[in-house]
Amino acid sequence: MIEAGVSVIFWILAFIIIVSALAVVTLKNIFHSALFLILCLFSVAGIYIMLHAEFLAAAQVLIYVGAVSILIIFAIMLTSNLASERIVQSNKNALVAFFVCLMFLVTTIVLINKTGVWNYTSGVLPAENIITIGKLLMTQFMLPFEVVSVLMLAAMIGAIVLAREDKA
Amino acid sequence: MILATAELIGIFKWLHGLLVDLGLKEPWLTVVVYGLLSVTIFGVLCLIALFLVWWERKIAGHIQQRFGPMRNGWHGWYQTVMDALKLLQKEDILVDTRDRPVFFWAPVICFVAAFLAYIVIPFGKGLIVADLNIGILYIIAITTFTVISLLMAGWGSHNKYALLGGMRSAAQVVSYEVPMVASILTVIIFSGSLSMVDITESQQGNFIFNWFIFRPPFGIIAFITYIIAATAEANRTPFDIPEAEQELVAGFNIEYSGMKFAMFFLAEFVNMFTVSAIATTLFLGGWNGPLLPSWLWFLGKTLLVVLLLMVFRWTFPRLRVDQLMEFAWKFLVPLTFANLILAGWMKYAGWYW
Repeated sequence: MIEAGVSVIFWILAFIIIVSALAVVTLKNIFHSALFLILCLFSVAGIYIMLHAEFLAAAQVLIYVGAVSILIIFAIMLTSNLASERIVQSNKNALVAFFVCLMFLVTTIVLINKTGVWNYTSGVLPAENIITIGKLLMTQFMLPFEVVSVLMLAAMIGAIVLAREDKA
Repeated sequence: MILATAELIGIFKWLHGLLVDLGLKEPWLTVVVYGLLSVTIFGVLCLIALFLVWWERKIAGHIQQRFGPMRNGWHGWYQTVMDALKLLQKEDILVDTRDRPVFFWAPVICFVAAFLAYIVIPFGKGLIVADLNIGILYIIAITTFTVISLLMAGWGSHNKYALLGGMRSAAQVVSYEVPMVASILTVIIFSGSLSMVDITESQQGNFIFNWFIFRPPFGIIAFITYIIAATAEANRTPFDIPEAEQELVAGFNIEYSGMKFAMFFLAEFVNMFTVSAIATTLFLGGWNGPLLPSWLWFLGKTLLVVLLLMVFRWTFPRLRVDQLMEFAWKFLVPLTFANLILAGWMKYAGWYW
């Protein structure tokens, strides 16, 4: 009974994700696209909750909904010829893009089918898994963690350089 | 008559037993129990919001040497009930040029986001809906939906004042979130857990001196910076530029009327109660306290923080936009980060705790 409920919730979430993702790339009003992007990313957080990855879900909402999407909405509002105009989201390369995406889809499906046995544990997650995540980030995965920070810093400096007024 | 916390929990247990006796099976039992819980919390919060509106008007009145509402009942105690009834009957005026779905969903999202945080807030010993192990992180994540709803309201209204108000509010909340999270992290260093129950329990004992605010200097600095950032998060004076009446008429909610306006209005007061409840849990020991039942301690401390925010509103002038941003980025952010790093170092060195 519980399993049935879980799979019902999964299918609802999957439906919302796919429909809103399609809306993001097809709608004429770019502000609506941004809002559907938020819905899409939030539903992905729901999938993480179903996988008992609460920390990942919170991080997803915090970073994608709280920061990235708000940045996108800001960019839309501050760009005068994007706001409230009906725009076309595709250009001449639409056909090429379609084939590239199709190839990616086919590759993914083939890879999924080739993987016969999926490795997963039936064990219960430790209640303090967030402490484990923190420890691993500071020990085993120290280098990727720091590289990400440097990347962020580079992006930030780049934004400041671009936005700075020319004194000359 | 003061209800002990055990009696409150007893009522819930009795209801749960009643539902089991009625022959309710899982998973429907869980669904009904959580449904009843959310209705209870929703009702209690609506009552609190109504009370806060009245209280705010009384405090404003007395600070400005007026009486505030006096007509309806003793010192106007059911004034806000009447106001709410009036708002229910009002015509819902709609702008023709509005962005229909965005205009409609903005107050809904604002309202829902205001209540979502209460899943993890411990009202008393054992009085919590769900003790998530990401507790405080969940609250930080879920409150970002308020920003999105304000942006949606600003955009959907098709009004330049509303748009400016929405933009200002987003810029402000995003800026003040950084020092707020940094001061919350200081508490997490003290307690070593993100769960709201664990944070509260690590402040138990030693009369009241185990509360994190009594851990000088880092606890006090974190508390003060948190209160400043929380005032900004709740869009209240001295940080109320999103709705600065003299500049923007009313900001993002200018085109809203009737019940839609009431939803924004209620959400604002619920948000104020939320930030105060978080301050209570993180710094003022949550439900811990001698003698009185735990839920009364929690409510009392939270209302005390609310009182602080209200006195701020009626005694401080509003900050200008540039001053606001400079204050956040050039003063609060360095201060909270220095506080965080020093607190972590102290904990690592084992100087205290």
